[in-house]
Amino acid sequence: MTDRATSTGIMRELTCIRCPRGCRLVARLSGTEVASVGGNACPRGDAYARKELTNPTRVVTSTVRVAGRTPAPMLPVKTAQDVPKDLVRDVMEALASVRVSPPVRMGQVVLADVCGTGVDVVATASYP
Amino acid sequence: MASSSEPMVSRSVDVLVVGGGSAGLAAAISARKRGARSVLILERDGRLGGILNQCVHNGFGLHTFNEELTGPEYAARYVERARELKVEYLLNTTVLSLSADREVVAVNARDGVFRVAAGSIVLAMGCRERPRGALDIPGTRPAGVYTAGTAQRLVNVDGFLPGREVVILGSGDIGLIMARRLTLEGAHVSCVCEIMPYSGGLKRNIVQCLEDFGIPLLLSHTVVNVEGAERVQAVTIAQVDEDLRPIAGTERRVPCDTLLLSVGLLPENELAQQAGIDINPTTHGARVNESLETSAPGIFACGNVLHVHDLVDYVSEESAHAGSCAARFALRAAIEKDAPSAPTAPMSGEGSFPVECARGVRCAVPSFVRPSAVEDALTLRFRVDAVYRDVCVSVYVGGRRVSHRRHVALVPAEMLTVRIRASYLEGLSGDDVITIALEEG
Repeated sequence: MTDRATSTGIMRELTCIRCPRGCRLVARLSGTEVASVGGNACPRGDAYARKELTNPTRVVTSTVRVAGRTPAPMLPVKTAQDVPKDLVRDVMEALASVRVSPPVRMGQVVLADVCGTGVDVVATASYP
Repeated sequence: MASSSEPMVSRSVDVLVVGGGSAGLAAAISARKRGARSVLILERDGRLGGILNQCVHNGFGLHTFNEELTGPEYAARYVERARELKVEYLLNTTVLSLSADREVVAVNARDGVFRVAAGSIVLAMGCRERPRGALDIPGTRPAGVYTAGTAQRLVNVDGFLPGREVVILGSGDIGLIMARRLTLEGAHVSCVCEIMPYSGGLKRNIVQCLEDFGIPLLLSHTVVNVEGAERVQAVTIAQVDEDLRPIAGTERRVPCDTLLLSVGLLPENELAQQAGIDINPTTHGARVNESLETSAPGIFACGNVLHVHDLVDYVSEESAHAGSCAARFALRAAIEKDAPSAPTAPMSGEGSFPVECARGVRCAVPSFVRPSAVEDALTLRFRVDAVYRDVCVSVYVGGRRVSHRRHVALVPAEMLTVRIRASYLEGLSGDDVITIALEEG
């Protein structure tokens, strides 16, 4: 994402990922609002740019350690829903100290309400 | 283990599947659904699921389940289905040899060396990463050079961070995924070098794994030297010209302790070659017909051992087809046991027509089509050889164009699929071919 200041406001460039074409989108921002989107070949590009520029979110996937096993195996986990993009690193930090005790069922909550997002981190595999 | 003088234990099954990853699971499930009475998977790892187990990121299954699953979740759905359908499997079991008459020799610690005779066999061994040795990178041979998939296993399964300062060579999807993963685990990824002028990975991964973290993607760049005695200390990167040769004067030294390679995948076909199965030099997988049957009658291939896919959903779909055809073959063989009909050649001969790649198209699967064996529709899968904009993908059957579809953009990183209705294949005769080509709008 790159910015350009113009007389009509900030122009922000980004790449649409809705299809392989990968349109270079140019959005004009006025304050925190998206005033217009250009460069998109279809309506999905417009929607993508507005979401990315006003409320970008990501599902965070990672691993946590299983307690009391040597060598310590890793248990894969994910946020059950997407979380604000700027909290991704905080979520990773919160997961660094998590230890789960076996057995673990896929879908089991390993960390509730991560970083105050209201979103739980759940196991994405079972561990006997 | 049995001593060599004892007779080897042997057993027989309707359908034997070599490999319990995404391809093997889908093939086994489909074979059972199609009526195979006994289906056995031989898997060399300690669990089913294959490479999906280490792909902890999400984005799998959009096509199949209409939701974004992580690798282990996607695998779990197939493992559960396989168990429900009473698919048998042996873990920690390595297949030692495969013969063209549908018999394998395998080994594990519990049963020793044993033989399995099968009505039909599905090859689903997946692929391997191209290692450093395949690249001719000059320099020393220190620790710290990993393939991206090895690094992925170290981080996601074993819980080790392979390095702190990372350069990635190759923009394949696993490399892009690992750029994000290592960054989030506290390493610094200074750049991804791609020798081609376009990325080998999916756009979504470039944006979400590189751009999100400010990691530069250097197109038309490669690594020309590796430094370090014990451990990697730096690599030298350089720009390349149109012939992919490094341009003198563009070299730049990048200090790092780790070099990850994400430079392509190759189908793992030692077993197929041992059995004398024909290999397609472009895909590096077996040559197959419309039923995904190889040059050895009753031996089928699917998933990444057939040709490298970018989406697991397509692996599952293709493998279900292979499993279904394998069951059909095994059941027919069982019925005709007492009065076998002459085995039909899977490929050549009358009633079989080659698939040819024309302008802009490479790596098409299948290689041959027997119209009489196509049930509803023929599925053609292929890649383009470069980046194209506003072109049409056309398929000709004999001289007749039966499919013509416009695309705003085509990239080599994305496999394409075209389905041709069986009725369009009826008129094929003589020396006719099926041709896939890119054409102007």
